Amino acid sequence: MSEQQYIDFYTQCRNLIMSKSCGVMNDVREKAFKRFKTVGFPSRKSERYKYTDVDKAFQTDFGILFTPLGITPSAYIFSLKDAPADVRPYYNRLADQHDGITLLNTMLAHECLLIYVPADTKVEKPLTVDNWIKGEVPSMMNRRILVVMEKGADATIIVNDHATDKQEFLTTQVIEVYCHDNAHLDLYEIEETTPLTKRFSNVYIHQQPYASVRHSVITLHNGLTRNLCDVILNGEFSETTLNGCAIGSGKQHIDNNTLIRHNAAHCTSNELYKYVVDDQAVGAFAGKILVEKGAQQTSSQETNNNLCASPSARMYSQPMLEIYADDVKCSHGSTTGVLDETALFYMRQRGIAEEEARMLLKNAFLGQVIDQIDYEPLRSKIFVKVEKRFLGEMEKCKTCNLCK
Amino acid sequence: MLEIKNLHASINGKEILKGVDLTINDGEIHALMGTNGAGKSTLCKVIVGDPAYEVTDGTIRFNGQDLLSMKTEERANAGIFMSFQHPIEIPGVSMANFLKAAVNAKRQAMGLEPMKASAFLSMMREKRKIVAMDSKLINRSVNEGFSGGERKRNEIFQMAMLEPSFCILDETDSGLDVDALRIVAEGFNKLRKPDTSAIVITHYQRLLDYITPNQVHVLLDGRIVKTGDASLARVIEEKGFDWIKDEI
Repeated sequence: MSEQQYIDFYTQCRNLIMSKSCGVMNDVREKAFKRFKTVGFPSRKSERYKYTDVDKAFQTDFGILFTPLGITPSAYIFSLKDAPADVRPYYNRLADQHDGITLLNTMLAHECLLIYVPADTKVEKPLTVDNWIKGEVPSMMNRRILVVMEKGADATIIVNDHATDKQEFLTTQVIEVYCHDNAHLDLYEIEETTPLTKRFSNVYIHQQPYASVRHSVITLHNGLTRNLCDVILNGEFSETTLNGCAIGSGKQHIDNNTLIRHNAAHCTSNELYKYVVDDQAVGAFAGKILVEKGAQQTSSQETNNNLCASPSARMYSQPMLEIYADDVKCSHGSTTGVLDETALFYMRQRGIAEEEARMLLKNAFLGQVIDQIDYEPLRSKIFVKVEKRFLGEMEKCKTCNLCK
Repeated sequence: MLEIKNLHASINGKEILKGVDLTINDGEIHALMGTNGAGKSTLCKVIVGDPAYEVTDGTIRFNGQDLLSMKTEERANAGIFMSFQHPIEIPGVSMANFLKAAVNAKRQAMGLEPMKASAFLSMMREKRKIVAMDSKLINRSVNEGFSGGERKRNEIFQMAMLEPSFCILDETDSGLDVDALRIVAEGFNKLRKPDTSAIVITHYQRLLDYITPNQVHVLLDGRIVKTGDASLARVIEEKGFDWIKDEI
């Protein structure tokens, strides 16, 4: 099994990692290592990892990168090392201590990016985090981000994921988000990597009363991607929106897995994930809404719509509702279909070439979820990128500044 | 302009057209009448190249070109336009993007540069007036939330934008109130150039009061069984098709 090489690596290099890291991260490292040794990587038999073969993805003998953080001086972005003492304890509190990927990340991550927005502060411009991975040999990177939104804080965060070079890469990522009362966060994650890149991202969000979070994960180009997002609605009247937009072609693999736990009454959650899979691409969506006993007056809607643009593309869809309260409004739905032939014919009768008509229809299909991007400059940018993607102009992410 | 010879076509293995011969010269309007299921819409869809139909025999020549060997979009860009009987909704594709793609595809086929955005917008504004189309509708997705009548009007608006040389109006009058019918029919007449030809499918005389056909054909069971001048439509309006069936 492929966990052994990571166990060996850690055993040999724990002192090196610790020397590059900081106290708060080192404090939980050994515990994570012990757990990882017992738990290992999740197998496909475990409910939440049905659609992605984790063991296989980690088999390569990766060189592990300890790239330092490059932070442009900002009032809100820090390295956890430099964080005030009262913020540090947030680290690793939300992250699932049973998930092998999260444990591995906790064990190997040497730096943690902290985004801290003080109470009643509105950050006007979006905070941008650019991840890029380069290398001459197969490389692995373990990223860690901690977001703390104090009471009434308001911010938009854009996390871009890039990869260059024709090399095999793997990234693990753990993002922990704490949103205190009345805080608002828009969190966008945009992936434009290469067919040789594997990404395992686990996002954990915790919301207090009246907090609202919108998380959008957009997979424009990738290799193998597994995004997990767990949300806990712990305070009354909090709101969550989870959106996903995924385009798969070639042999790309995109697996989104979500869990929204309604622990408090009067909360709202909305989920919309849309996929377009072509060629031999595989898409998977599994989302669970869990309404706990006391969470009355919950309102929840979960939707997953998919388009299989070729007969060899595959889509797995698994929307789930688990409800223990008796006064709630919850619904879920899923559709998977092919492009509308009558619409194609109509467009072609007007002179539009078949390929372009297909592109327009695929664009239109994803438009519904892209329209929900609040930050206008990003919305326009994504529209353009999606169009380029369908025109096949984005073999890799050469559209971004970093990778030029 | 259009020359159809011994056309046989089927859908899902069922033969619908059983040997159609029809010649339409430049500037002529031909009305096509017949009972439901006689093959009128099928004939039109075969002309424009609906992939659902299979042509099993016969030829269609359009301005000398072998139409059946051309793709749907190539036929459109050669000047063939069909106003659909049931125009469909395309959610998420805006009218502007749709028409821009169509207009530029045609320009490209003619070896012209794509149209500039400002010129395109003023063209839309101008053509919209011909069919008295609400500007609000132009800002929506194609046919999304349009009433039946608005969809038909939108078809003629698209025709105005694309300036075809050969038009097929497939029951464009159905679902239109008398005022809308007049606007749509007058719009068509305004747009028509002296050499524009058309096939008009209708069940009623009222559309032909506005658009006078040079010839009227009766299609029954996949064949043209009778051809006459404009007066034939009035006889059919009065007596139906049974007398023609009796004749053959």
